[in-house]
Amino acid sequence: MPAIQLTGIHKRYFRSHALRGIDVSIDKGKIVGLLGPNGAGKSTLLKICAGLVSPTSGKAQVLGQDISTATKGMTAYIPDIDTFYSWMTVRQAIAFENSMFEDLVLTDAMDLVRELRLDPDNKISSLSRGQRGRLKLVLAMSRHAELVLMDEPLSGIDPPSRTAILETIADRYRAGEQTIIISTHEVLESEKLFEDVIFLSEGRTVLSGEADRLRAERGKSLNEIFREVC
Amino acid sequence: MDIIFDEAQPIYTQIMHGVLWDIATGALLPGDKLLSVRDFAKQARTNPNTVQRAYTELERIGVVETQRGQGTFVSDNPDIAREVRSEMTSSTVQSFVEEMRRLRYSDSDILALVSQQLTANNAMNSNGANEEDLRAPDEDNDGGVH
Repeated sequence: MPAIQLTGIHKRYFRSHALRGIDVSIDKGKIVGLLGPNGAGKSTLLKICAGLVSPTSGKAQVLGQDISTATKGMTAYIPDIDTFYSWMTVRQAIAFENSMFEDLVLTDAMDLVRELRLDPDNKISSLSRGQRGRLKLVLAMSRHAELVLMDEPLSGIDPPSRTAILETIADRYRAGEQTIIISTHEVLESEKLFEDVIFLSEGRTVLSGEADRLRAERGKSLNEIFREVC
Repeated sequence: MDIIFDEAQPIYTQIMHGVLWDIATGALLPGDKLLSVRDFAKQARTNPNTVQRAYTELERIGVVETQRGQGTFVSDNPDIAREVRSEMTSSTVQSFVEEMRRLRYSDSDILALVSQQLTANNAMNSNGANEEDLRAPDEDNDGGVH
């Protein structure tokens, strides 16, 4: 059973087409890169999988089921924008998330806060972008969700925080059980993390496959392939 | 182990090569424990499944052994370093020779160029360099060029 199965997905916002017929099957237990420039449809695709947006047409299944409250409970979705309440502290934001999701493990969250050098008593409003990015990752990786969807987790974040984020994903990923989809247009830094990749451009998949096989076949890095096909 | 990855080549073969290199040079000895898959993945910021794939492949060719619950170890075979080293040496030399022939060098030109390069390297390393690294590995090889 694939983690995600999309068949003929179209999404139109009024007259603009975000997705123009996506057919994608994502294996369970992998870290998959969803690669494309801004406006390629990456966010829309992740939102459909998260159950936040419904497709205009086509069929979307997550973990073998139609998207529902049940699949949403098994999915951790990290948007590219901040959705925190700025008056909360880091600790309160974690407690708030914990009240909404049964699969959040509080001790894991506090371990990650320490590893990612966040102060639990700091107010969200006082955090830098890099610190907010790290906090989002704490919330994503402390949930034992079967499916984790991260929308541009590296975008606009300082280099040390990017390194910390990539390290934490490699370390905390529950290999074989968990499926993580990461959308990004910053392929250079993240490409070693992906087992499979999907390249999106203008609402269509232009290339997909196993990362190491694409490297071997083309003698190019994912970053170079990205610049060619997207 | 520090691997500088070339992202234009498959990552798992580079991980394999890194381990083989460490065995050939004696940085890893028979019975030594490899980094755990997770620690390796974290350090290299790479995919744990990719590291696992490399370890599985190394196990298939008999270079490492996985002990359930304990980790992955260099095979407890005293000849392992010599075997890995000779395998890596012959493939390095072979691809060098093939490439030089493709560049249309004659055998004597190839030998002359190698000897020239060795002299240049020796001159460069003459202060403090360790000559042993540059000596041919098989002194008793009667077909050798001196």
